[in-house]
Amino acid sequence: MNDILVYCEVNDNREFAEVSLELCSKARKLADELKVQVDALVLCDDLNGAENQLFQYGVDRVILATSNHLFPYRTLPHFSILVNVVKQYNPQILLLGATHIGRDLAPRVASRLSCGLTADCTNLEVGSYTDAKKGKEYSQLLYQIRPAFGGNIVATIVNPETRPQMATVREGVMKKEVYNIEYKGVVEKIDPQLYLNDEDLAVEIINREVEAHSINIKNAQIIVSGGYGVGSKENFSLLHKYASLIGGEVGATRAAVDAGFTEPQRQIGQTGVTVRPKLYVACGISGAVQHCAGMAESAKIISINTDPSAPINAMADYVIVGDVTSVLEKLIKCYSACQK
Amino acid sequence: MSLKIVVLAKQVPDTRNVGKEAMRTDGTINRGALAAVFNPEDLNALEMALSIKDLCNAEVHVLTMGPPRAAEIVREAIFRGADSGAVISDSRFAGSDTLATSYALSMAIKKLGTVDLVLCGRQAIDGDTAQVGPQVAEKLNIPQITYAEEALEVTPNTVVVKRRLENGIEVVKTTLPALITVQSSAKSCRFRNALRVMKYKYATSLHEGRFENVSTIFKSKDYLQIEEWNAEDINANPQRLGLLGSPTKVKNIESMVLAQKESQMLSNSEEDLMTLTKDLMDTHILS
Repeated sequence: MNDILVYCEVNDNREFAEVSLELCSKARKLADELKVQVDALVLCDDLNGAENQLFQYGVDRVILATSNHLFPYRTLPHFSILVNVVKQYNPQILLLGATHIGRDLAPRVASRLSCGLTADCTNLEVGSYTDAKKGKEYSQLLYQIRPAFGGNIVATIVNPETRPQMATVREGVMKKEVYNIEYKGVVEKIDPQLYLNDEDLAVEIINREVEAHSINIKNAQIIVSGGYGVGSKENFSLLHKYASLIGGEVGATRAAVDAGFTEPQRQIGQTGVTVRPKLYVACGISGAVQHCAGMAESAKIISINTDPSAPINAMADYVIVGDVTSVLEKLIKCYSACQK
Repeated sequence: MSLKIVVLAKQVPDTRNVGKEAMRTDGTINRGALAAVFNPEDLNALEMALSIKDLCNAEVHVLTMGPPRAAEIVREAIFRGADSGAVISDSRFAGSDTLATSYALSMAIKKLGTVDLVLCGRQAIDGDTAQVGPQVAEKLNIPQITYAEEALEVTPNTVVVKRRLENGIEVVKTTLPALITVQSSAKSCRFRNALRVMKYKYATSLHEGRFENVSTIFKSKDYLQIEEWNAEDINANPQRLGLLGSPTKVKNIESMVLAQKESQMLSNSEEDLMTLTKDLMDTHILS
């Protein structure tokens, strides 16, 4: 049977991207359901055996190509090899992280293979599908589930005819789980020179500057998050003040990021990061489904909103009806008082 | 030697500011009530094209795919400095996913002959897939540079681009022709040019439906005609358009059911907020 292939991304420190490990875990579950194997494609210069780390997440076979042309990432060499690996191995499903790299690579590959691709899935399942027009039944298709434009709706997308069924998933959406620490698969080395040609080297990297400190909200236990309703960049500083006081990080909705209130790295939701903190303080957030998809699993949710009927209030443990700045100022005062 | 630059632009419903008037009572959004706008990152792409034109000999063409009213996008781009543009419009495009869309766009670009640079926004705000740019690049078999912020250097054969990484920046150089997708952190688009607005105020396409007497307008001033291309005009294979050419199918659409909790309502009084803070500390959520 045709396997599930995960494109495993390697970061600047030659470590696997978290999202790739999460996808291996998800692929394992799907593979068990479909009774097939999990393959992982790794393209890098030299990993020193780090590829063996993938087996514990349930990978059966690592397909490894090493070449100086493959690190750091450039579109065309990775594209050529991935396309050829798909042609050779015929996977039924191909998963990539919805990172800058995955979102650069996946569409080009889908276009070359004339395959369907669904971006930013929030869930993947296996199920059947009936094409009413053609009167045709399909079983064991990949359900690619994602919130869709138009408000509180979730669409299930399928690719009945084309293979592989391709999807990208944001970091944090799936859970990274060790399948079996003793699990062992095989490493199959392929020769990248078989697939690369001069045209694949048309883009040259002149300079790369990687920042050491990036904002990391994914693992924060407390998140104070702001939406468009916070009103301004200045008001956002109050969120920072409260967050640092209670030991948390600041998150944001897409609307707040688009309005320039804060950095894109803080965006939570379908097109941002998915978080599962023990406390989520939603400030001036109405609760679009794209945002809720990224924070619904928070243990405790507090919503601060002037609108008592804001959709997010339905999922909140505590609803404070009031102006964000005045409520936050009082919360800062209350917490400081309790510390004394 | 003149550079030929194509900017791909999309007219999108303005999903950034969904006001109360656009909400239906069942909580869904009435798309029709949202304003149709120039996709924001496509404006960044247009600016990159116009900045290149400022520095060297270049012509900028705008292509948009959509209903006839999308001629608004071409007109807006011309007001801001684009040389010309066309609307790719055909009922057979309806239901296109990104694969079918990129096919139609690539065929329209081919109609323009030899193109040096294709620029487009990183993604459109109504779908957020960021797929069409790379897919057009593949269909044209040219290199792609995504997440671009600035074109640092352009020669007749190469371009040097600063692009955003997830955790940094990268400067890359590519041979031309190439496709670049531009993101919102790039330079904002310049405003309309008053002289161009005066000159092209009545620019329209045959089916946009702005004026009744379009043929008279076009006869007296042919530069006011925004071209409209259908599937035949771009030599497209109908099997690869619209729903027929779209491998992804929507199986079903459901309302999102969020876990409903019994919420405790609090007022904005210091008393209530103190009780809440103490609760959170008692349960060790705050320490």
